[in-house]
Amino acid sequence: MLPPEKLNKHAIANAFLRREYFVYYVFILTLLFFTVTLHDVSFFSVTNFMNVIRQTTPVTIMAIGLTFALAGGHIDLSIGAVVALAALVAALLLQMVPVPVAVIGALMVGVAVGLINGLLIEWLKVSSLLITLGTMGVITGVARQLTNLESVPIIEPSFNFVFGSGSFGPVSVLLLWTLGIAALGYLLLRKCRFGRHLLAVGGNEKGARAMGISTIKVRIMALVLASSAAALAGLLYAGRLHGARYTLGEADLLTVIAAVAIGGTSLFGGRASILGAVIGSWLMGLINNGLILSGFSTNEQMIARGVILVVAVAIGVKEQQK
Amino acid sequence: MSSEELKQPALTVKNISKRFGGIQALQNVSFNINKGEVVALLGDNGAGKSTLVRCVSGIHPPDGGEILVNDQQVTVASPQDARELGIETVHQDLAVIPDFDIAANLFLNREILHKNPLLRLLGWLDNKAMREQAQISLQRLNSKVPDLTEAISRLSGGQRQAVAIARAVNSGADVVIMDEPTAALGVEQSAQVNELINLISSQGVAVLLISHNMQHVMETCDRAVVLLRGESIANVKISDVTPRDLVGFITGAQRLTA
Repeated sequence: MLPPEKLNKHAIANAFLRREYFVYYVFILTLLFFTVTLHDVSFFSVTNFMNVIRQTTPVTIMAIGLTFALAGGHIDLSIGAVVALAALVAALLLQMVPVPVAVIGALMVGVAVGLINGLLIEWLKVSSLLITLGTMGVITGVARQLTNLESVPIIEPSFNFVFGSGSFGPVSVLLLWTLGIAALGYLLLRKCRFGRHLLAVGGNEKGARAMGISTIKVRIMALVLASSAAALAGLLYAGRLHGARYTLGEADLLTVIAAVAIGGTSLFGGRASILGAVIGSWLMGLINNGLILSGFSTNEQMIARGVILVVAVAIGVKEQQK
Repeated sequence: MSSEELKQPALTVKNISKRFGGIQALQNVSFNINKGEVVALLGDNGAGKSTLVRCVSGIHPPDGGEILVNDQQVTVASPQDARELGIETVHQDLAVIPDFDIAANLFLNREILHKNPLLRLLGWLDNKAMREQAQISLQRLNSKVPDLTEAISRLSGGQRQAVAIARAVNSGADVVIMDEPTAALGVEQSAQVNELINLISSQGVAVLLISHNMQHVMETCDRAVVLLRGESIANVKISDVTPRDLVGFITGAQRLTA
């Protein structure tokens, strides 16, 4: 609670204009805008919103994972590629082994990629941007090679139910995945020692190291979380679509970065918001959905995503300079 | 407190050497600090002060020589080692996390975990306990810090310095190294930091103080060790010398090793 002397008008105005809240205002405004402009095609309906959530969940999960990488000062460009590889691995494994084994195998793809990214960054002392750009290329190539660009269907009903197609009444399992992973992410980042150390490393790397925090361990862990989340996103695509294809996740990278950035997470480390990432990804989903219902094409959606990313980054940088 | 009565060395450095490529940054530097004593570490820029501090605080382990804590030989291979041995360093840039609040900074990498053993396993933080402890330790240092939930970046330079010192003392350190704690501070805030140094040394903490401010050194320190080009060239009691003498040692015009 604020001490009384701080409750002047200026402080209140500042509190409302805080960067962290930006995404909520934009979200509400976007919601209002499309509700009014698209009232004839029932944009504002439970069915449509559940649709948005179902389409957005993989992006939301990736955004939560990327928030951890960014919190520690790293970026991970390989997450989109991990989605495809993990989904294909799951689909292939499901033809041979029981569901839990296939799921663990697919998640291991994420863990392994995160470890490789993290170790390469620490050993070579090269920026995460370049390393993960490289691993993105490698993983994409592997995913294309794996099945020769063929799609792999998944006919295992229990897998499809749990990882995307199932629902309880009107509530899709994907909404439960979103809420569950968001809660886990929030607790890990805000309530656990790991999250605190990660934010410390992102906020002042030298300082964190001087206090004895193992910056290497913490950052590698963050990258493992980022790509494991991407692998889970791959499973959630595969379960919803009843199959995997090398194109899954291909176009998601820009959406995810834009969602996280507009959600109030700094692209330079030290500041992160899980709730912001969730709302940010829903905002991206809402805009996509609104644009489709308004009759715009995917090209225009891509332009919208790019503009949002630039705007979000611009606001973030201005805030940093204050 | 007179340090004469407590001739128990808290920190002893023997023949410490450190090389960076072709540069001999430290050569056979030896000195000790007794409990409750405030020792100034003086020297011109590049004399090796910061290197010595980094050796003792585990950032750059030395190439040769010994470090003794409470007369026990120890290895300081990392900052974590140093902290576990009771050597705390207040770095020049304070090593605080700007977005963290005071309590979070005070307990950085020394977080209090939840009492529930299951939650402890997950690294669950007990923020309430940390805030209470932070309150107590800041009060003990007579620090006037307004609000423990305030982010460090919103505090004044003196308040940040107080938090950094409190963090060092808070951990029960026997030795506190301070790298130019008043360099960025105004007159009043410098005086507050001096008071803090006197207070913690009176509690038995050994303090190694790096400073360029001779008046500050004369006021707060018991002894001075002077480095010149990586070698220790003087180790004198402050009461035996004048500021002019100290400047003479720093520039190399005078030499005296006790």
